[in-house]
Amino acid sequence: MAVANIKVSETPLVLYALRRADDALILGHRLSEWCGHAPALEEDMALANMGLDLLGQARELYTYAAKVEGAGNDEDKFAYLRDVRQYRNLLLLEQPNGDFARTMARQFFYAAFADLYWRAMMASSDPTLAAIAAKSEKESAYHLRHSSEWIVRLGDGTEESHRRVQDAIDDLWAYTGEMFAVDDSERGLIDAGIAIDPAALKSRWLKTVTGVISEATLRPPSNNWMQQGGRSGSHSEHLGHLLSELQSLQRTFPGTTW
Amino acid sequence: MATPNTPLWEVFIRSRNGLAHKHVGSLHAADATLALQAARDVYTRRGEGLSIWVVPSNAITASDPSEKGMMFEPAESKIYRHPTFYDVPDEVGHM
Repeated sequence: MAVANIKVSETPLVLYALRRADDALILGHRLSEWCGHAPALEEDMALANMGLDLLGQARELYTYAAKVEGAGNDEDKFAYLRDVRQYRNLLLLEQPNGDFARTMARQFFYAAFADLYWRAMMASSDPTLAAIAAKSEKESAYHLRHSSEWIVRLGDGTEESHRRVQDAIDDLWAYTGEMFAVDDSERGLIDAGIAIDPAALKSRWLKTVTGVISEATLRPPSNNWMQQGGRSGSHSEHLGHLLSELQSLQRTFPGTTW
Repeated sequence: MATPNTPLWEVFIRSRNGLAHKHVGSLHAADATLALQAARDVYTRRGEGLSIWVVPSNAITASDPSEKGMMFEPAESKIYRHPTFYDVPDEVGHM
C-alpha cells in the first residue's frame, strides 16, 4: 500500500456524519456486489438501484463531514483512504451477501431502522442533516417495502426458501442491537437536538420486524445477546476484504480518475 | 421461456398527469405486488413515471396478425372519417 491513511479529527458531529456515511457506503457496496449476479434481471436492477440510493446518501454525508471537519478531507479520501479500524459502520451492514435470503434479511433489518431513523432526523436542528434525512427517508421507505415483501415470500415460500431466510434472520439478529446504541459522543448531539435518540425507535422497529416475521411464518429469534464494535472501529473479518476491493484502485494509483 | 413461478407481466406507465398510461415493456414476477415493484425498479429509474399499471400478459387478448387485412384494411379507404373536411371559423381558435 503506497498511500497512507488519512487522519480524521473525529469531533462528535464529524464522527456522527461519518458513521452514517459509512453505513450507507458499506451496505451500498455490498448491494453492488450483486450486480450481474442476482437471481433475475428485475432483482438485479432493484438491488443496484438500492445500492445507488445508499451511495448517494454516503456522498452527501461524507461531504458534510468534510465540511464540518475542515481539514482538507473529502468524500473520496474518506471512502478510499481510511483503514478498517477507521471505519465506523454498523457490523450488520458489512456482513457478506450470502444467498439472496441473507441479503434480504440484512436489508430488511436495516431498512426497518433507517426508515424510522431518517423520518425522525427530518426534525434535526442541523439543517444539512435534516435535508439529507428528507431525501433518504423516501429511499429507505422503499427499501423497507421491497425487503419486507421478499421476507414474506421467502418465509412463506418453499421449504428451502423458508429454511434459508430463517437461518439468515437467526444469524444476523445479534447485529441488530448496535443500531440502537448511543455513546457519549452522540449523547451530546442528542441533547442539542442535532441527533435523535435511536433507543426511542426500538419498540416501533421491533413491531415492524416481528409483524413481517410472523406474516412470513418465520420464528422470531430468541437470543438477546447483541454484538457491537463497528461504531468504534472493531469490525468483523469481512470488512477488510470488502475495503481491499473497494480501495484497491486508489491505493494502487493514488488520485487516479477516468 | 417457461417460467411457471414468475409469469410475464405487461407494464404501463403514465408519465404525466393528464396523459394515458402507455405500454413500456414487460417483466417476470411472482405476483402482482412484486411485479409493481419490479416495474418501478426496471422502468422508472430515470424519472419516467408518476403511475404504473401491471397486467398479467395472459389477461391480454390480442388481434391475430394474420387477420390484419380483414381487421384494418377496410378503414384505410374511408378518409371521410377523418375530421378534415370542415372549415373551422377563425374565431374558434385552437381546437
